[in-house]
Amino acid sequence: MNSLPEPVADRGGPAQPLLIARDLRKYFPLGGGARVHAVDGVSFSIAKGETLGIVGESGCGKSTLARLLMQLMPRDAGELILDGDPVGGPHGISVAAMRRQVQMVFQDSASSLNPRLPVQDSVAFGPRVHGRSRSAALEVARAALRQVHLDPALIGPRYPHELSGGQKQRVNIARALAIGPRMVVLDEAVSALDKSVQAQVLNLLVQLRRDLDLTYMFISHDLAVVRHISHRVLVMYLGQVMEVGPVAQVFAAPRHPYTRALLASRPSMDPARRTETLAISGDPPNPVDLPPGCRFAPRCPHAEAVCTAANPALAGGADHLAACLIQVPGSGHSQAPGLEAAA
Amino acid sequence: MSAPLLEIADLDVAFHGDGTPVQALSGVSLRLDPGQVLCIIGESGSGKSVTLRAMMRLLPERRARIGGQISFAGRDVLAMTDRQLRAMRGREMAMIFQEPMTALDPVYTIGAQIAETVRRHLGGTQAAARARALDMLERVGVPSAARRLDAYPHELSGGLRQRAMIALALSCGPQLLLADEPTTALDATVQIQVLLLLRRLQAELGMGIVFVTHDLGVAAEIADRVAVMYAGRIVEEGSVAEVLGRPAHPYTAGLLASSVEHVAPGAEIAAIPGAPPDLRALPPGCSFAPRCRHAVAACDATVPPPVRPGPGRMARCFTPLGFAPSGHAVEEHVA
Ligand SMILES: Nc1ncnc2c1ncn2[C@@H]1O[C@H](COP(=O)(O)OP(=O)(O)OP(=O)(O)O)[C@@H](O)[C@H]1O
Ligand SMILES: Nc1ncnc2c1ncn2[C@@H]1O[C@H](COP(=O)(O)OP(=O)(O)OP(=O)(O)O)[C@@H](O)[C@H]1O
Ligand SMILES: [Mg+2]
Ligand SMILES: [Mg+2]
Repeated sequence: MNSLPEPVADRGGPAQPLLIARDLRKYFPLGGGARVHAVDGVSFSIAKGETLGIVGESGCGKSTLARLLMQLMPRDAGELILDGDPVGGPHGISVAAMRRQVQMVFQDSASSLNPRLPVQDSVAFGPRVHGRSRSAALEVARAALRQVHLDPALIGPRYPHELSGGQKQRVNIARALAIGPRMVVLDEAVSALDKSVQAQVLNLLVQLRRDLDLTYMFISHDLAVVRHISHRVLVMYLGQVMEVGPVAQVFAAPRHPYTRALLASRPSMDPARRTETLAISGDPPNPVDLPPGCRFAPRCPHAEAVCTAANPALAGGADHLAACLIQVPGSGHSQAPGLEAAA
Repeated sequence: MSAPLLEIADLDVAFHGDGTPVQALSGVSLRLDPGQVLCIIGESGSGKSVTLRAMMRLLPERRARIGGQISFAGRDVLAMTDRQLRAMRGREMAMIFQEPMTALDPVYTIGAQIAETVRRHLGGTQAAARARALDMLERVGVPSAARRLDAYPHELSGGLRQRAMIALALSCGPQLLLADEPTTALDATVQIQVLLLLRRLQAELGMGIVFVTHDLGVAAEIADRVAVMYAGRIVEEGSVAEVLGRPAHPYTAGLLASSVEHVAPGAEIAAIPGAPPDLRALPPGCSFAPRCRHAVAACDATVPPPVRPGPGRMARCFTPLGFAPSGHAVEEHVA
């Protein structure tokens, strides 16, 4: 029944991460020599079949990171490696070859579909571009719509404005699936949906991941949603990675004060135990005038003079890392362990 | 029992335009006591904003057919003249929005806008109005408030703009604040600051608040009472602890069960199947019945009348959860 295209075969084997990003950088020039440090030295890897969640507040660079991965804009620096192959450059795989394997779903489900096309044609567009005949591409589109639990006969001929928000977002997911990708980048893919519809789409994403062996990068500012769907989570602040680790560990024992502040800012859900004190005050600063040293220091309750001296690197143990001097033995921060602890 | 600050009875709003009329509100009844915080919870299109706009008489009067009563501090809002409305808006009843730029004028400084509102409603000198503006900005926690008086809205961050809008809304000491998702667009760390701020100001100023949100967590942080809206009807109402802790209406229970907070990571979420009805063609019975696991034949036949499943609670359901099915309708809507 499933006539979705076969994904590109595994090349590197199970131990080779599906995607490695090394030191990605993107600055947007403003007038007068100022620059927005949208993504500033971000590195991570995503294993095959894994879901990496990306969280952080508005403007921290999540969407820019996704666009860099999808080659929707050139990066200033850094490397992308897809299943062992560098992407772009003289020895790498082409952008087209990469997009055959990695697809993206955007937040704004309405404006990412062509309003003048029946949605089945929007879904068939990818397979057409990848060389299928018109009728074969429509067949793939119908299979993709079935995969997201939409009736192709009923929904396929409709136009975007005739669909609900949840249905449109399913169509967007179907469009990504119609290429037969190995990985899907989901940028705030459920954020605009009502809670009851959001639950339906999250269930669908979990089911598709299992049925189609998909790898996800799941971007959201909603911590509860990220916790639900991710295996590992990466916390961004002002273009940089503050913390990365297995989702259960990061939520149960966050290592970066920013992660702790984010977690403490969630509404309580229990009217008998309302939030009484604020974890942090102020707004996230703007990514143009960056503070010296650690970017979180101006809002951090634990900041000391050393924190403004240099930007801390990710450190910690094993697979749970945080960019905080408190994690670094002998860093000079009064809460850091002594050097002998590291020996 | 004190006289209510706000009382809405059987409010109907239908929008007439080119095609079939949109029945945005059907028989909405609400009551708010002075100094109380009522949250209206509901999903997109359920009628939350229309309810608030009706209270302020901000609906397009030629297209919107309005039925029922709205009484504010004992006065009939639907019978007010333009002049009376202008005197009421911003003075006794003020509103804040999700997007502060809808309330703030981009071409005037924050200080000038607050001072202008203060002078229009309360009179007094320019200097006194400006002093009041400064006081308000300080109260809402704008850092370096004296400097921010002369800032234009676009020069402020999202969180500060939201605070400035709150300062503007509260500058004339309203008895009732209408808040339409004022924290939805804010970052998590800023949202909780604004919620705590509103809670503190509410206690200090003793005003009533009707706070619209689709976020159950936000309601848990700020509400005394909660009204749950579905397809233009209030389907359940009661104290925040009871409605969130022991929901009576299957829709409320479904919303709570479909929160990701309530399941193990990666496990299937108990999502409510289906989607809300088309407001141009509401079913004759309960609008939620087509999606409801507990629906019985009666649910498709007639709209359930309000019943009182417990003291201080109302539900429009023939089979309220955890309560004996009860046919006896609430005669008058008691909060
Ligand atoms: N094309 C662009 N030109 C200039 N600045 C940009 C551009 N795109 C993004 N930015 C800036 O880069 C920073 C990061 O933006 P980005 O959209 O990646 O953030 P985000 O984390 O996705 O935020 P949100 O949660 O609001 O979607 C922001 O300060 C943004 O204003
Ligand atoms: N001026 C108008 N003319 C026609 N229909 C309208 C008008 N204003 C609102 N509606 C309709 O009334 C219904 C209720 O809208 P309302 O804005 O109150 O929803 P809401 O609960 O505030 O949703 P959201 O969470 O998306 O803000 C919707 O179907 C909407 O399309
Ligand atoms: Mg974004
Ligand atoms: Mg609204």
